[in-house]
Amino acid sequence: MDSHAAHAGHSAAEIDKHVRTYIMVFATLLVLTMVTVAVSYLHLEVHEAITVALLIATIKASLVALFFMHLVSERQLILLILALTGAFAVVLLLLPAITNHDHITSAKMPAAMISAEHSSESAAHH
Amino acid sequence: MSAELIPYITEARPDTGLTNGKIGIWCFLASEVMLFGAFFASYIVLRVSSTHWPHGFEVPLNIPLATVNTVVLISSSVTMVMAWASLLRDDMAKYRLFLALTVGFGFCFLGIKYVEYSAKFEHGLLPSKSNFLAIYFIMTGLHGLHVIGGMISNAYFLFAAPGYLPQDRQLLINRVENSGLFWHFVDLVWIFLFPILYLL
Repeated sequence: MDSHAAHAGHSAAEIDKHVRTYIMVFATLLVLTMVTVAVSYLHLEVHEAITVALLIATIKASLVALFFMHLVSERQLILLILALTGAFAVVLLLLPAITNHDHITSAKMPAAMISAEHSSESAAHH
Repeated sequence: MSAELIPYITEARPDTGLTNGKIGIWCFLASEVMLFGAFFASYIVLRVSSTHWPHGFEVPLNIPLATVNTVVLISSSVTMVMAWASLLRDDMAKYRLFLALTVGFGFCFLGIKYVEYSAKFEHGLLPSKSNFLAIYFIMTGLHGLHVIGGMISNAYFLFAAPGYLPQDRQLLINRVENSGLFWHFVDLVWIFLFPILYLL
């Protein structure tokens, strides 16, 4: 019994509870997989399709992270590490969007590039 | 033994409340988030800057096979946590069964991926053919390497478990949990790869 007590907070009843949760999460993940595939056959507008698919993927990923990876009962330090990672990951993913919606350079770049090409062409002519 | 060489791998460190192994695997996974994040960002760049981005079925990618593979990986995540729970219960027969199933699902995933890749190669659909195929092969390829890595780790704990002495039982439990964390991460990446490459 001592060896069992050493595995802090994992009594037989708690393990049973864990297992029941795992089965329920498994069933939910299967259903969500079928839903996301079914929705893809509806051929929605691109924006709608992306929103729905990413929403379902995020729910599925959250279920895996919370229950299979035990984040639901994890220590604060791990959650802090992940919050920091999440913030950096969001910036990383937004980088292309930021450059795409950058009105200053997107307005000026083409003109600047064209004039650069012109000057190089005119240089070649001379 | 090793517990004295590397502190706090069996018991939690008092100040963090965690084993060093647990912090280690999560920091590693944080770096993995950024690694895959860079490829997801590349995907966004390629997609928004292209005039035409094909649907998965137009490429053509095999959506039914990829759906089966999604179910295979989800199932392997469940068998992984079941292996860990069996280990907590000291039920070594079930631990071995569930961990063997986890590794088996890994082989199944790679087998299906092999069928998919071969079909692409036969039709001349190589990474050099288009931006879509380039990012498809890079992302699924990197993910596939992670599947292989997770399988090696899980297979090790399948065969090495009997070698752990009874007093090292908690060490084995912690290591299997960490190996599982990596395996679930691999599943988690696929949960995003599947829709963005196949369905959208």
